[in-house]
Amino acid sequence: MTPRRIIGQPRRRVDGRAKVTGQTRFADDIILPRMLHCRLLRSTHPHARIVSIDTGKAEQLDGVHLVLTGESFPIAYGILPVSHDEHALCRDKVRFVGDPVAAVIARDEVTAESAVNLIDVVYGPLRTFAEPAESLAHDEPRIHDYGDHGNVHKAVSLQFGDVDAAMAAADHVFDDVFFFEGNTHLPIEQHASVAVKDPDGKLVIYTSTQTPHYLHRALAKALAMPAAHIRVVATPNGGGFGGKSDPFNHELVVAKAAMLLDRPVKICLNREEVFYCHRGRHPVTMRFRTGVTRDGKITALDLQTLLDGGSYGSYGVASTFYTGALQTVTYDIPRYRFRGCRVFTNKPPCGPKRGHGTPQSRFGQEVQLDKIAEHLKRDPAGLRLGMIAPPDSLTANYLRVGTIGLAECITKVVERSDWKDKFRKLPLGRGVGLACSSYLSGAGMPINWNDLPHSGVQLKLDRSGGVTVFCGATEIGQGSDDVLVGIVAEVLGIDPFDVRAVTGDTDLTPVDLGSYSSRVTLMMGNAAIQAAERARAIVAGPVAAKLGVPADRLVFADRRVFDSEQPDRSVTFQEAVCIAEARVGTIGTTGSYTPPKAAGHFKGGGVGPSPTYSYTAAVVEVDVDAETGWITVPRVWIAHDIGCALNPTLVRGQVEGSVYMGLGEALMEEQAFRRLPPRLSSALVHKFPSMLEYKSPTSLDMPEIVTDLIEHPDPRGPFGAKEVGQGPLLPIMPAVANAVYDAVGVRVDQIPVSPEKILRALQAKAAGKPARVGPASFPDVAWPEPLLVTPPHEGGDGRASNEPDRRLRRKAEAGVEATAGVRS
Amino acid sequence: VKVRLTCSVNQEPVDVLVDDYKTLLEVLREDLQLTGTKHGCELGECGACAVLVDGSPVLSCLVLAVESAGRRITTVEGLAADGRLHPLQECFADLGASQCGYCTPGILITAKALLDAEPNPSRERICEALSGNLCRCTGYLQIVEAVEAALRLGAASKQRQPLLAQSEPGAGQ
Repeated sequence: MTPRRIIGQPRRRVDGRAKVTGQTRFADDIILPRMLHCRLLRSTHPHARIVSIDTGKAEQLDGVHLVLTGESFPIAYGILPVSHDEHALCRDKVRFVGDPVAAVIARDEVTAESAVNLIDVVYGPLRTFAEPAESLAHDEPRIHDYGDHGNVHKAVSLQFGDVDAAMAAADHVFDDVFFFEGNTHLPIEQHASVAVKDPDGKLVIYTSTQTPHYLHRALAKALAMPAAHIRVVATPNGGGFGGKSDPFNHELVVAKAAMLLDRPVKICLNREEVFYCHRGRHPVTMRFRTGVTRDGKITALDLQTLLDGGSYGSYGVASTFYTGALQTVTYDIPRYRFRGCRVFTNKPPCGPKRGHGTPQSRFGQEVQLDKIAEHLKRDPAGLRLGMIAPPDSLTANYLRVGTIGLAECITKVVERSDWKDKFRKLPLGRGVGLACSSYLSGAGMPINWNDLPHSGVQLKLDRSGGVTVFCGATEIGQGSDDVLVGIVAEVLGIDPFDVRAVTGDTDLTPVDLGSYSSRVTLMMGNAAIQAAERARAIVAGPVAAKLGVPADRLVFADRRVFDSEQPDRSVTFQEAVCIAEARVGTIGTTGSYTPPKAAGHFKGGGVGPSPTYSYTAAVVEVDVDAETGWITVPRVWIAHDIGCALNPTLVRGQVEGSVYMGLGEALMEEQAFRRLPPRLSSALVHKFPSMLEYKSPTSLDMPEIVTDLIEHPDPRGPFGAKEVGQGPLLPIMPAVANAVYDAVGVRVDQIPVSPEKILRALQAKAAGKPARVGPASFPDVAWPEPLLVTPPHEGGDGRASNEPDRRLRRKAEAGVEATAGVRS
Repeated sequence: VKVRLTCSVNQEPVDVLVDDYKTLLEVLREDLQLTGTKHGCELGECGACAVLVDGSPVLSCLVLAVESAGRRITTVEGLAADGRLHPLQECFADLGASQCGYCTPGILITAKALLDAEPNPSRERICEALSGNLCRCTGYLQIVEAVEAALRLGAASKQRQPLLAQSEPGAGQ
């Protein structure tokens, strides 16, 4: 095999030059002739009926071109087919402070804002729900008229094997309750969109989205336009982290306005609006009951999670399942019961943020393992090494695990951090904590269930010697363009600079489902390899004939095509393409990727499957001031099982960026709300919707980070690569909490682990009370009867014994999907 | 009301009529179409809009454009000179200091101000100087290392050496 020239080498990313010269064109950088500007009127009430809207004065203001209300948007949409519960502008009621009620399109932003302030809305306030406990306690008024019941959006219950018997047989049963506060993505780029009616009369929208394909579908549905007449161009995102994955109301509004006015219409949200857009981390209360043998094996896990979903569905049903999906992928858990409940509250909708639904329960499980290790007088690293799930196995909940590098990750961070000399041995106020995680390399199921590929790549080779690669994947800063170009250049033996990438454009590029679930490198990468290998085969035949050597002896490298046995028998890559083009005509190829089918055939079995999983272990060192509770993090050691690092410079950036974001979540970040006084409708408003008050770590707060990559190529990944964008965030929060316990002997079972909580726990400890801060109990939830699925190792076939036939249900869903998604 | 603004931007004279309420940020982006300078808050909180005014870093979202009359303004578009990128730009591109790239212009500007003022800042000084620029992607470490690398390439000296053999990505491979 030819040694690799590009893959595995640290390289300047292909879009690096554009980014440092300020030439990367983000959505708000697009300025078009005759462009108008849009501002939204947002609800000041958290829950109210819209009694009337008077737009008369706004319409008469000089410079105003159009005022829109919910009347113009009769069709509901949403990211998940099961929760199409949003309208671009509210029609009958508002559900959170910030819900958009009307839109003004005017000659400039100032005029639009002035006109927005002239719109009169009469609200009929309704009871508001601030906390999940309130939503569970009161069925009326319902925030939505769909969902399981009352204000419960979704309650799910799954059981894999006889958990109660396994608990009863365990030597110890640990029972702990945790809380993870919500937090938000805080991308530095505020969401922006520019919509245009193109010269043909079709709709084009340039927008900061991570998921142009899903926006395409939502526009087609909500605006009742044929998808073929809509073009979505995902501009490079100035940070996404999951926050630009939903189709957004402002995108639909400018699209509609541009079509009505036949002029470009732009909107750029201000920072306060970005906080209210949210779709970020769900606040989750969770209870872990874990049965353990005296030698430290888990016999069963009984997990309950309660998610505060905010006011709309968003990705919430998936988020709910994700809180229970990956425990078994990280550790060997032979029997498992998971019950998850998401309730609606009158706050901005929660959705996916880096780690989507899994960081909350990862926090609970890893802190509980720390407690278990202490109780069993075991080293937490050693305990975990003894419970790692076996590679190439099927978990109790039917997730197919591939390669597992977790043992090496743990061994590496233990060695690098001098764990054995530090754990429980450092002076008071200094401590170390360890935690692990696993994450998907792409969701195995598409959001809209169908048999279509998840990623498509197209290649054009021509006589210039240049190659253009087309893919719907979306560059959100993670480096997807670089992965795409690097792979094509490697396979064709040319330089990345010879390749042009066209991405994230629904007119020009084949569908890729989007930049979420850490799916792009694996799925787009495999599609790119297929397209490039097909192109290489097309070129190789005619070149081999010309050179008089067998095609399978040809090597593509260093911009040449040559005989591996007589390297001087060669042509340049450009000559090779010309030879082939003369022989076979225009050269274009495609590649596609579809993940393997899920092994579980029960409702909920579609959330969690992935072609393969990444693994991470981290040790965090903390300094805690026992007087003030002030906490600093001087050092982090992290090892990540990535399979193969395609561009190590970018991989390191993903790991360090994950550690950074994890520290923000662990120590300070909170998307929290407060009530205004009753005379202000008891509105639920964000405590601090500004970048100054929503604390996030700065360059002064960053620790030293020692990163190790574990590289055993996984056969399912392109060149063996697994994900890196999300997994390394997961162990940071629990590792911080575990380190605080090591430092000062108090348990903060609640995120963020902020100084005032540490201080409260220290004060409790000094007063002889339990040295712990965290929720006292898990709320009462009326759980549905669990679906009973026999685990594979007990002879199960992946079906629930008490569920109606899935094939019939699937067929019915496909019917709904066909009418909902593909309109023409 | 429109007012006349004369100043220098990236060493070129500018003479324009602008709305009197507009910030320097808005005039740069909207009137001069220099969209390399970004915005993340319009409240002076994120640092994305930093530009140099007479050599000092300034948050352009907090400055009225009319206050810049007669000043020398440098934006990210003015960092490269003589067809060559500034060493900070080379090092940021090479060393992973820019991921999504949205905070990058403001950080480059802030780093340039530091290196112009101090020939040999310590890592602590670099972190301090950049602490008003928020980045959500990188975790800052590769940014700090890129500034240090640019220092080694002579970014702080007045007469810049020809520093990198090639400035185009991949050209050397």
